[in-house]
Amino acid sequence: MLEIKNISITFNPNTPNEVKALDDVSLTIDEGSFVTVLGTNGSGKSTLLNALAGNFIPDKGSIVLDGTDITRWHEHQRAKYIGRVFQNPFSGTAPDMSIAENISLASRRGLGRGLGWALHVRTLSQYREKIKSLNMGLEERLDNPIGKLSGGQRQALTLLMATWRKPKLLLLDEHTAALDPKTANKVIQLTEEIIQRDRLTTLMVTHSMQQAVNLGNRIIMMHNGKIAYDFEAEEKKRLKVNDLLSLFDEIRRKEQMDSSIAEMLQSNYV
Amino acid sequence: MTLLIGSFTIGLILAILALGIFISFKIFNSADITAEGSVTFGAAIAAALIVAGVSPLLATLIAFLGGMAAGAVTGILQTKFKINSLLAGILVMTALYSVNLHVMGKSNVPLLTETSLITYFEKMLGSIFRMPAELNIAGWMVPSKDISALVCIFTIVLITGILLYLFFKTNIGTAMRATGNNAQMIRALGVSTNGMIVFGLALSNGLIALSGALLAQYQGFADVQMGIGMLVWGLASVIIGEALLNDKSLGFLITGTIMGSVVFRLLVAIALRWGMNPNDLKLITALFVFIALTLPYILGKIKMKKAKAQTSLK
Repeated sequence: MLEIKNISITFNPNTPNEVKALDDVSLTIDEGSFVTVLGTNGSGKSTLLNALAGNFIPDKGSIVLDGTDITRWHEHQRAKYIGRVFQNPFSGTAPDMSIAENISLASRRGLGRGLGWALHVRTLSQYREKIKSLNMGLEERLDNPIGKLSGGQRQALTLLMATWRKPKLLLLDEHTAALDPKTANKVIQLTEEIIQRDRLTTLMVTHSMQQAVNLGNRIIMMHNGKIAYDFEAEEKKRLKVNDLLSLFDEIRRKEQMDSSIAEMLQSNYV
Repeated sequence: MTLLIGSFTIGLILAILALGIFISFKIFNSADITAEGSVTFGAAIAAALIVAGVSPLLATLIAFLGGMAAGAVTGILQTKFKINSLLAGILVMTALYSVNLHVMGKSNVPLLTETSLITYFEKMLGSIFRMPAELNIAGWMVPSKDISALVCIFTIVLITGILLYLFFKTNIGTAMRATGNNAQMIRALGVSTNGMIVFGLALSNGLIALSGALLAQYQGFADVQMGIGMLVWGLASVIIGEALLNDKSLGFLITGTIMGSVVFRLLVAIALRWGMNPNDLKLITALFVFIALTLPYILGKIKMKKAKAQTSLK
């Protein structure tokens, strides 16, 4: 379904600030699988997601989605196949436009936009019904500007909008990180419901190990721009938060050893 | 009375310019200074073509398209060449100054003896209603020519305003509004924000050039200097309109912009009548826009101080 082959992204190449954000990463994701991506800050997990969405074009390697090579496609072209929810709850909706208008924009993701009316009486009742499934009472406020809603409500709507037309790939970028725990739980519940109902192929970046353990059928841990661990199926099911924590510790220890050795060498020989 | 009707008419002509600036300022959040070049560009094209014997209707239409082309160039400089939006506008405005001189062939083209869209309309209206040379309006004798000019311009503004409102309710129009409101979101929904900016600026400058073409035909000449200060004029109209109706919904914003332009023109006419030095006009317009832009900020600060003082008292 999704094939990532040897992609690398380097920021500020050939300068002292050079960062290898992605280092020869390859990954194949099957149709209908729900992958959570873990990693420390700067591990490359967000860069991977952004590379898939088209914010960064990889320096080398290829990305093939459902048989189509999208490596060089622009972000808005990829949006035809990819639905996306951002970390910032305010990023996914247009604040000054009404709920209905925002939904109508999402309902034409990947389709042409001509001079037809954005809102129809016919589609409005359909909008109302789908929004009702969120259980947030928003179905009565279709004409309100979306900027008046809370972060949680906006994030729930963004999720609904990203999946309004079934995407081939759903990208979730720490989409509950900026919400309070109660709201985050609600959004996660909703995420799970929608993904299961529509059997969506999903890549979810998270910093919550609990979420990674509870959700999905595959966990990928990234470190220094590479995939450090990859657990699937039965192996993933057995994984607990403590196991993940010890893996993180292991990565950290390795890293400390490397840097201390480097220091030792430097003090001895330089 | 003639003065009042004249102010109304010019206010309405400039309302179309204000609608163009409404697109760049309110939809894309950047005041596009290409306006000062494209209003003259529209006037120059219309004047040159009318003098050359082209029908005024066709000349006005070509002026509109010329403005669209100018706006598209600004948009392309911004998006394809990543030039800062203000600088892109300045570049095109400066370039248009030379283009305008070439189009007109000299710095001023008189149109007084030519037929224009407005004289067309006069004749049409005259043949339908058989109007006398002067009309009695509330006890004032007004040349019927002025009335028909006003009606003609009013009709054009009304149609433009309605079309613009309807456009912003279509799929492509809502995508354009979303581009200015949240570019990241609309890209993730499959819209090329670059394309929308180019199209939006083209539409904006098309309207501004249309306004220039009408202004040239109404006042009877096109002048290479006529664009100076037009951007601030349009901003003032948009801001007054917002304050007048105090409603952020699209229909009200568009209606407000038109009303703002007319009200502002009337205020200026009154001030000039009271003996304001015409040389001070642009200074006062700029001051007015400055105050309108900073007032919400200053009021907010005063409120904050009051709230702080109250909490510290407790």
